[in-house]
Amino acid sequence: MSKLLCLVDSAGAGLGAQASLATFAADLCINWDSGFSICYVGSEPSAESMADLCSLGAMEVLVMADEQFARLTADAAAEAIRTLVIAEGYNILAADCSSFGRDVLPRACALLDIPMISDVIAVDATGPAPMFRRPVCAGKLIAKVEVTSTRYACTVRASAFRRERVPSGNSPVRRIDSGLDGITAGTEWVGASHVESKRPDLSNANVVVSGGRPLRDSETYERLIGGLADCLHGATGATRAAVDSGIAANDLQVGQTGKVVAPALYIAAGISGSIQHLAGMKDSKVIVAINTDPEAPIFSVADFGLVADLHTAIPELISLLS
Amino acid sequence: MRILVPIKRTPDPNSLVRLTADAQIDLDGCKWIVNPFDEIALEEAVRQREAGLDAEIVVVSIGPEEAADQLRACLAMGADRAIHVCCNRSLEPIQTAHLLAAVVATEQPDLILMGKQAIDGDQNQTGQMLAGRLGWPQATFASTITISDNHTTAVVEREVDTGRETLQVRLPAVVTADLRLAEPRYVALPAIIRARNKPMANVAVDDLGGVPDCGVRTVGYELPPSRAPGVMLPDAASLAAKIREAVQ
Ligand SMILES: Cc1cc2nc3c(=O)[nH]c(=O)nc-3n(C[C@H](O)[C@H](O)[C@H](O)COP(=O)(O)OP(=O)(O)OC[C@H]3O[C@@H](n4cnc5c(N)ncnc54)[C@H](O)[C@@H]3O)c2cc1C
Repeated sequence: MSKLLCLVDSAGAGLGAQASLATFAADLCINWDSGFSICYVGSEPSAESMADLCSLGAMEVLVMADEQFARLTADAAAEAIRTLVIAEGYNILAADCSSFGRDVLPRACALLDIPMISDVIAVDATGPAPMFRRPVCAGKLIAKVEVTSTRYACTVRASAFRRERVPSGNSPVRRIDSGLDGITAGTEWVGASHVESKRPDLSNANVVVSGGRPLRDSETYERLIGGLADCLHGATGATRAAVDSGIAANDLQVGQTGKVVAPALYIAAGISGSIQHLAGMKDSKVIVAINTDPEAPIFSVADFGLVADLHTAIPELISLLS
Repeated sequence: MRILVPIKRTPDPNSLVRLTADAQIDLDGCKWIVNPFDEIALEEAVRQREAGLDAEIVVVSIGPEEAADQLRACLAMGADRAIHVCCNRSLEPIQTAHLLAAVVATEQPDLILMGKQAIDGDQNQTGQMLAGRLGWPQATFASTITISDNHTTAVVEREVDTGRETLQVRLPAVVTADLRLAEPRYVALPAIIRARNKPMANVAVDDLGGVPDCGVRTVGYELPPSRAPGVMLPDAASLAAKIREAVQ
């Protein structure tokens, strides 16, 4: 019998990503006798986030809360997950494609000697072996992956499983000991610098305004990209070129190696549209591109294009939309 | 100390990607490169040595005969010797980690520095799996690495979803490179010629214990859905109207 455990962490991308993970889980266990469970790994959760986790339709919500997880290292988390998986007999693990999922899950897989499928965007569990779809080569192709192993793990792209769902039931909660005491890890958490932002989270925002290299400096980026994002209650994003040249923070990079977003509206200003950037935004519902070069590749994915200098076009848009 | 840098031969991201009639990737005429993230990892290793670190740098690649080209490029960048594990089938990350662990058993490196992901498979798993298999500390998505003077620890700054994080790992450890760790150098022709004399060892997969089956199979590929053609608008006012519609 299959037993699926969805892993969520305290730093994770929030209820949006957790709901997507639950939607994926429901798709995967569609023909099973039993449903899926959720395991929270992190420091003590708030009552509100517990209530959220219990509304996702899981058979059970396990809570592995330990203050040591506030300074979570992959080494400790993977060890705790391994112990739990063996003790409870789970054979399938799933997590969001967050930096937690990407860091911890492959390590846990190695400890359990099971394969993993990254960035799942679709699952068909109606046949004898489940078939997963995942983008490869910066999204230029979709690979169809058949899994005959009964034990495996996957990370799931939240944007691909964002469906309307009815909050269902109230899952029972069970506390689990992390077993962390007594583990001497070779990895020590030293510190973190988190960029605080009053804007919505990039991964889950309904509107994203992104800027590229021609923004020149962080003040101009903030005034133009930030200003337009605020008009639309959106998040800001950036290209690698903008991050590398210090125009925008690293956690705002959208693309193959940054965040993957699929908002209702994505505005790309001064962005050429490299294959690596497109990989992170081309599934957005409506794409708008503003670029001085009418031949820029970004226009090939845009629903609406404007050939213009962003230094004049964006202030105009801000005043028109305010 | 010894630094092991695993590298993968990957298609150039600017090469056209087509599908064959039986839904496989058509790699005919494709240009091949060292996976950019692995190149970044190697660049970092070479820079550490140029900054005074006493280190031997060994590159290893698991791949077809032609992967020797990419290993030679790495020798030209500054690696001291290369190991080529000849393998013609495509591997899942858990299988790659299995083979790399066998290489580690003979090479006994103090640090494994590798790319966070390969730009063809885009899985982002192998480094973490290798670390888990070896029971070594891991620091993924590194943007800076500082190795202690006595070579027993490294402080790694990492790029995470919420910003940056700093870890200290005991060596030996696995560190995976993010984009901003180092910018790979341009290698001039004389270096490529000189590198021909650097040693390259050939190892068979069977010498490493073979590849265990893992029950995951890519059965084929398809093109992503294409987007409907868009419209060009004459001015900011008409664009503002469309933006308003989209956020309604
Ligand atoms: C391994 C690897 C991974 C990568 N991962 C990512 C990733 O995750 N995300 C990512 O974004 N990139 C990534 N890149 C980088 C990518 O290849 C491009 O270099 C980058 O996306 C280009 O950023 P850009 O569009 O801001 O800059 P450019 O390509 O320089 O484009 C600037 C654009 O602005 C236009 N422009 C100039 N002036 C103005 C103006 N005044 N008004 C309006 N338009 C103007 C120009 O016409 C041009 O089209 C990766 C690269 C590699 C090798």
